[in-house]
Amino acid sequence: MAEMVSDAPTRQTLAGARQRLADRDGFLAWIFLVPTVVYIVVLVAIPFFLAIAFAFSDVTAGNPSYDWVGFENFRRVFADPVFWQSLRNTFVFTVISMLLIVVFGKVLAMVLTADFKGKWIVRFLVLLPWTTPVALSSITWLWLLHSIYSPIDWVLRTVGLIDDNSYFLGRPALAMGSVIAVHVWRLVPLAAVIMMVGILSIPDDLIEASRIDGAGFWRRLFEVTIPLTFPLIAVAALFGAIFTFTDMAVVYILTAGGPTNSTQVLASWSFTRGIAGGDIGQGAVIALFLFPLLLAAAVLILRAVRKVETF
Amino acid sequence: MAAPTASIGDNARLRRHYARRAVLGRVGLYVVAVLAALVCAMPFVWSTLTATKLNADLYNPDNNPFLYNQPPTADHVMFLFKNTAFMTFAWNTLWVGLLVVLITLALGIPAAYSIARLNRPWSTPMGIAIFFVYLVPPSLLFLSLSRVVVALGLQDSTWSLVLIYPTITVPVSTWLLIGFLKALPRDIEEQAMVDGYSRLGAMLRTILPLLFPGTVAVVVFAFTLTASEFIYALTFISPTQEKVVSTGVPTELVRGDVFFWQSLQAANIFVAIPIAFVFNLFLARFISGFTMGAVKG
Repeated sequence: MAEMVSDAPTRQTLAGARQRLADRDGFLAWIFLVPTVVYIVVLVAIPFFLAIAFAFSDVTAGNPSYDWVGFENFRRVFADPVFWQSLRNTFVFTVISMLLIVVFGKVLAMVLTADFKGKWIVRFLVLLPWTTPVALSSITWLWLLHSIYSPIDWVLRTVGLIDDNSYFLGRPALAMGSVIAVHVWRLVPLAAVIMMVGILSIPDDLIEASRIDGAGFWRRLFEVTIPLTFPLIAVAALFGAIFTFTDMAVVYILTAGGPTNSTQVLASWSFTRGIAGGDIGQGAVIALFLFPLLLAAAVLILRAVRKVETF
Repeated sequence: MAAPTASIGDNARLRRHYARRAVLGRVGLYVVAVLAALVCAMPFVWSTLTATKLNADLYNPDNNPFLYNQPPTADHVMFLFKNTAFMTFAWNTLWVGLLVVLITLALGIPAAYSIARLNRPWSTPMGIAIFFVYLVPPSLLFLSLSRVVVALGLQDSTWSLVLIYPTITVPVSTWLLIGFLKALPRDIEEQAMVDGYSRLGAMLRTILPLLFPGTVAVVVFAFTLTASEFIYALTFISPTQEKVVSTGVPTELVRGDVFFWQSLQAANIFVAIPIAFVFNLFLARFISGFTMGAVKG
């Protein structure tokens, strides 16, 4: 702070003084960081505490005046079975998606780090699900899973596996499966990119040495590659989990939480209550339940990242 | 282990065994690669097919959906460009994205430099704090931010997104930039400072040019994140003219229960392919930034 105070008188003086100021690391470090810190405090930290404050208020879209209501919102949210359904769905979606994302991401990362002809086009196609705005790819999936015109149904009908259409988004179990499938499809490329980092960071001679020692593909995979890249696999898993856990676009577009709330998740339920329903207090309570798990995920990611440092 | 003790016959057998294994490995690699590409790209192939089909062809459940049963048409693609606000959405996404990227760089590069290079005691905790901010998701903040946006009088304006989107892009970009910066040797600035430049001058003249490739990767990544964002855009904005692609397409190309399927799919293709193409060009840079960020962040 002392450095910043002393800044004022020197600003208009000689170039030499300015030169010295531009050399002061401590002063520069502050000046460089302050805008970012201010921005984040104002638009992330304060809204975060505001969200907590809303959870204890009767703020609605129509009546934004703040009145303290204690745990009234919590009581009403807990009394609603849809909330418990959303909480359960969020966990089910996240855990299943995360497992699939890690397995497929690992396979994809190994393919993308290998050398083969036509790699560029494979890489381009494989990245499409991640780089496409999620709302647009969800619309394409909505059409792929259409109750009448789904090509998946057409193939199954033609092969003779089913007589009638599957109604992917109309039956609770199939709808849940569809939402998970879209999450996995969308996030596997990201996980693969993160895991590629791990694979590329293993020194070549280590792989070569194990190969000379007679270790086959599976042995190299489970005893060299996976242990060495474990931290980045963990990072990929947790990124996958966070993106699934907090996303509402897929559910919102694909099923809008239906049929009968069987695919409702915390994020979409919070949106339904808080914005569509206008009850910001309840929406805030629902969104708050996202936080404990995110905090746990963050701690795990940092632990994993710190392990990478020991390489 | 077996090789030194094996007889000549064993050796030949072993060699054949390994040769067969190598061939199988190659075949397996190609099979998995093609399969992965198919699964990932299938929805987009399906989009392209759908976008160019006649209604009579598309809405007949007995037609083979993978073939053109009637000649293809560009009508629905033209409809998208001429009769919908798609171009407005695309333009909004583009300028919001570019402004957000500029703000992100203006905040992120100095912050990353400060954390990565200026060796303050708080550098490491600050780096960790920025990583934590990246983990605070829009689904947690959108309710309170919607009140902030209303308080600022920015509701129903695309400018609200310019204000709020950097909350998503700044933390992750700073994190990536820290990685890129740590990959540059320290002697570079020290040399420039010995040559008489100030710390600031050394940074501007030597580090910024060297950081350029990493900056490009950050630009692409930040733009992709902005273009994909959904909750904020949906919460803050309702007039058609102010919408961006990710909310405009799903809401405006659907009238009640009527979906303009062909035009919707065309919109998907016209947005997805350019972004993926640009992203792909910078994938290698992006990976190296991620590595350094992960290893030394």
